[in-house]
Amino acid sequence: MKRTTFPILPSEITPEHVYLDRRRLLAMGAAGTALVTGGGLARALADAPTGVALKASRNQALSIADKPNTYEAITTYNNYYEFGTDKSDPAANSGNFKPLPWNVTVDGEAEVKGNFSFEDLIKPHALEERVYRLRCVEGWSMVIPWTGFPLADLIKRFKPTAKAKYVQFTTLRDPKQMPGQRSPVLDWPYVEGLRIDEAMHPLTFMVVGLYGKTLPNQSGAPLRLVTPWKYGFKNIKAIVRISFVEKQPRNSWQIAAPNEYGFYANVNPAVDHPRWSQATERRLGGSLLQQRVATLPFNGYASEVASLYAGMDLRRNF
Amino acid sequence: MFAACLLPLLLFTLGAFGKGPMDLGADPVASILHGLGKTALNLLLITLAVTPLRKILHRPDLLRIRRMLGLFAFTYVLLHFTAYAWLDQSLDFRNVGSEIVKRPYILVGMTALLLLIPLAVTSTNKMMRRLGRRWQELHRLVYVITALGLWHFYWQVKKDIREPLIYIGIFAVLMGYRLITKSWPAKAQGKTAVPAPSPGN
Repeated sequence: MKRTTFPILPSEITPEHVYLDRRRLLAMGAAGTALVTGGGLARALADAPTGVALKASRNQALSIADKPNTYEAITTYNNYYEFGTDKSDPAANSGNFKPLPWNVTVDGEAEVKGNFSFEDLIKPHALEERVYRLRCVEGWSMVIPWTGFPLADLIKRFKPTAKAKYVQFTTLRDPKQMPGQRSPVLDWPYVEGLRIDEAMHPLTFMVVGLYGKTLPNQSGAPLRLVTPWKYGFKNIKAIVRISFVEKQPRNSWQIAAPNEYGFYANVNPAVDHPRWSQATERRLGGSLLQQRVATLPFNGYASEVASLYAGMDLRRNF
Repeated sequence: MFAACLLPLLLFTLGAFGKGPMDLGADPVASILHGLGKTALNLLLITLAVTPLRKILHRPDLLRIRRMLGLFAFTYVLLHFTAYAWLDQSLDFRNVGSEIVKRPYILVGMTALLLLIPLAVTSTNKMMRRLGRRWQELHRLVYVITALGLWHFYWQVKKDIREPLIYIGIFAVLMGYRLITKSWPAKAQGKTAVPAPSPGN
């Protein structure tokens, strides 16, 4: 067979910036069409890992009315030690992090286990937006519009057995992508856990987006947890493993300083951190002279979650 | 030198109004509070570096800037406390009082501030003459004050203690120099500088 070759003229080669713009356009197109859930989101993500618009309506019943902090404040003031311990480090050092392709391993006491691609994991779920308070254990707080779906809906798909008393989450460990992991500030990888009833609570949110767009790297892309009635460190980011376990997991901050950080970490103005007060918080975004506000039990979600801890000594189970 | 000492205050003030090169970030109160505290520690360490530099570089004239550095250190400690009481605690002095007593790291910092007051008050030429030899003994308190300031810094850090450890390392070198020059030149071994208390526990 005769092979004809056509020489490629230099003028025919697409310049890189045009090519990249085209991919960005494709991604935006994918995001803009119809309802971007599951497959659509994953496809859009594959083209533009962060900042793809998500179609999700706000769940008003589970949102607070307070004005959210700005996107800039939320994405430049982060505790994410995998990228450095300074609040500005995650935004500065997460540029090389690759949130896709992404896989999550599900194991332990469940009927359905295995390795799931990010796409398979989120495909069946409709996304919604919830405006939650976020209270950091350091004494400051923000108001954040998250996009995601209830963790309970995800857990049900794995059919946890009666032995599954707790759910343990693990963050990616990859010092190449996460330069903060090169220093032993914490015992890597980051681990968090919830009691199964906490994990199944309707407020517990599996988050894939922020301000209606896919999560930026510094906010825990592509998949993170949000439990609004607990201190921020419970909200584990960049999750690669979900394990159903019988025994209470030891979470990273509890391992680091067991006298200061516990497993439950429920926001509680009556139980101080051993070194500082938890009675008040600085709501970020106000003026320099704005007063601190009173911290609410369970971060203001007491009517929804207090019953989970009935009869427990919250001073001991801090 | 005077201008250099004023520069941090200028930058924080401009930053507070969203101007100038200093970006105070999403929590400007924390940035100002910590920035003023660290400037105070920087100035205390620079003050302690004057004597070693004077001797090593054979520049006795350096002594003349020490008083100004020390007074600026005191100024920034006061500003740091003012930022805490005003910006962080909204001048709720009952709460400030109870926090000072309840939080050991704040108590340690407050002690350093109070100990600086007699040094600032006796920094004039007149007081130096009046106190004579006792002036120097009194002003050795700055070793204790710096140690307390560093302890205060170390104690409030959540987990990453690398930065306070660098400060403590520099302090150790500056104190080590004093210890060595004091005990080496075959002088009386009796008098030694105040050793640095170990930080934390």
